[in-house]
Amino acid sequence: MTERDELVRSLSGLSLFSDLRDADLEAIADPDLERRFVEGERVLRRGLSGSGFYVILDGEAAVEIAGDDEPRKLRRGDFFGEVSTLLDCKPTADVIARTQLHALEIPGPQLETFLLQYPRVTYRMLQTVTRRLRDVLG
Amino acid sequence: MAVTANDRPFPPGDYPVVVVGSGPGGLQASYCLSRLGIEHATISRDDAPGGMFRSFPIFQRLLSWSKPDALAEPGSREYEWYDHNSLVAEEPRHQALVPPLMDRAYMVPSRAEMEAGIAAFAEQVPVSVRYGCAWESTRRADDGRLVLTTSDGEYACRAAVFAVGVTTPWFSPIPGIEDVPHYVDTRAPEEYRGRRVFVIGKRNSGFEIADGLLPWARQIVLGSPRPVQTSVLAQATVRVRYLQPFEDHALGGGTFALDLAVERLERTAEGWRVHGQGTTRPGEIVLDVDDVIAATGFSTPLLDLPELGVHTVAQGRIPAMTPFWESSPGSGIYFAGNATQGAPGLRKHGVGAASAAVHGFRYNARVMARHLVATHLGPKPACATVGTPELAPFLLEEATIAPELWAQKSYLARAVYRNGDTEILPLAAWLDDPGEFAAAVTVEMNASGDVYPAVYLSEGGDVRELLLPPDHLNDFRGPEHEAELRAAL
Repeated sequence: MTERDELVRSLSGLSLFSDLRDADLEAIADPDLERRFVEGERVLRRGLSGSGFYVILDGEAAVEIAGDDEPRKLRRGDFFGEVSTLLDCKPTADVIARTQLHALEIPGPQLETFLLQYPRVTYRMLQTVTRRLRDVLG
Repeated sequence: MAVTANDRPFPPGDYPVVVVGSGPGGLQASYCLSRLGIEHATISRDDAPGGMFRSFPIFQRLLSWSKPDALAEPGSREYEWYDHNSLVAEEPRHQALVPPLMDRAYMVPSRAEMEAGIAAFAEQVPVSVRYGCAWESTRRADDGRLVLTTSDGEYACRAAVFAVGVTTPWFSPIPGIEDVPHYVDTRAPEEYRGRRVFVIGKRNSGFEIADGLLPWARQIVLGSPRPVQTSVLAQATVRVRYLQPFEDHALGGGTFALDLAVERLERTAEGWRVHGQGTTRPGEIVLDVDDVIAATGFSTPLLDLPELGVHTVAQGRIPAMTPFWESSPGSGIYFAGNATQGAPGLRKHGVGAASAAVHGFRYNARVMARHLVATHLGPKPACATVGTPELAPFLLEEATIAPELWAQKSYLARAVYRNGDTEILPLAAWLDDPGEFAAAVTVEMNASGDVYPAVYLSEGGDVRELLLPPDHLNDFRGPEHEAELRAAL
């Protein structure tokens, strides 16, 4: 099994990409978009412009907000960075790798094209964001 | 003069540092370590300097500019920005060695001119290398040191710098590809006269082949899953490879750049049948062609380094590393040269570093050498200093003329600390540990192509980002920039 197969297979196991054809997954599995972070490394930086949208392929990260003692954990399949990218604003939290982290990054300027190219991904993403909103609103 | 075994430097043994490779990355790393007074052995399996430029690019023309006459004097630090191909040195006489070798037919050197420029650096500095010494395996000794087994014997060291390029042909896992020649085995262009050629891959090497074969082949079809990103290309040096083939594609001249996932490659009596699925535009695609060439990229020859904990990215082709180009903190396994693209930096606005090119990785090597010494050998090399009253003009001067910041946008930064110490650092590393009351400046580019200075100010560990406006002539030393920066400082 080659590493490319592994990346495509990893993507196919995520609910965000579960509606896509193999050919689409191959297109998304761009080596330039694959990122690895060591434990403790900051992935998203509070207050810095020009960030991207990340999907965790493997490992764990934490959303750290000043004054928040219980950082939200992020695991395989979770995504982050969509607010700052879609609204073109600076992130209000740090996201820090808590283990070796393997992620796919869609650079900010490419996210609009990506979401229009794969509307089923957009729909799945909207479902997740809506769930988060419901949880916040109780 | 014939080189005998006795003339070869650095016999197997114990050294503080071992550098592997005699391409531009290895030579630059070796030079930088020497400037810091660090004893080290540089070994290479090749028999002469030059690395990949001894063979590639196959169509003999580089992408990166060197301007023999430019806005700055050759030999100066400012001139480095106008000369993307020479290795860099502290001594002006060792600077800018490639431009004088160019015949000026193009603003970019030929492969042979580049190779000669690298060889000139190795000879003039000089950078001593034990040629014909192939690194074969690696292990960690009980005392924590690294041991490199080579064709000449064992080398033990506290840190090793692997500058082995991204040079091993890599194939996509497509059924049938095992019989397809790789880019490196592309034949002379005239041998493709009148033939239909399918090129797997729509990146640099794929379009280099297409461009080179356009005057000869009957038809060229390039295929890969992702579309050509013309908006990104517009601001990239690689666009020169794309211009003619992509124009031919856009105007319907017979060349096609298809977005397809190749499912399998089948041998036929006349040549090849390519089976694929369209991506941007779904649908089955079947093509009959005379030749197939795999322009599917290269990988770093890591040998057994993954067994020592080296992770990889990019489909296993590139080693993953820290912002200081170490495979993991404290591992002592460093990288130089093209493989330093494995430390991607912030990629703000999707803009990547130039670490896959000489003009980017030559500065990575300088910063890496300082980090290696500070971390594994000590003490930390001394920094230059700047007085606080001149901080604003100093930062703006750097944003205007520093070749490190222009070559490595959003990637390398000029940091200044409270005591006036200043050094060039990876921006990502500085942001994670900026120190109290420090400032860093870099040059950034946004998605619209605007280029502007970005200043980062640290107060009590909190970092504030200040983006200054662009300037028509990229000179940020005027009163408006200075007033805005002084107010922020």
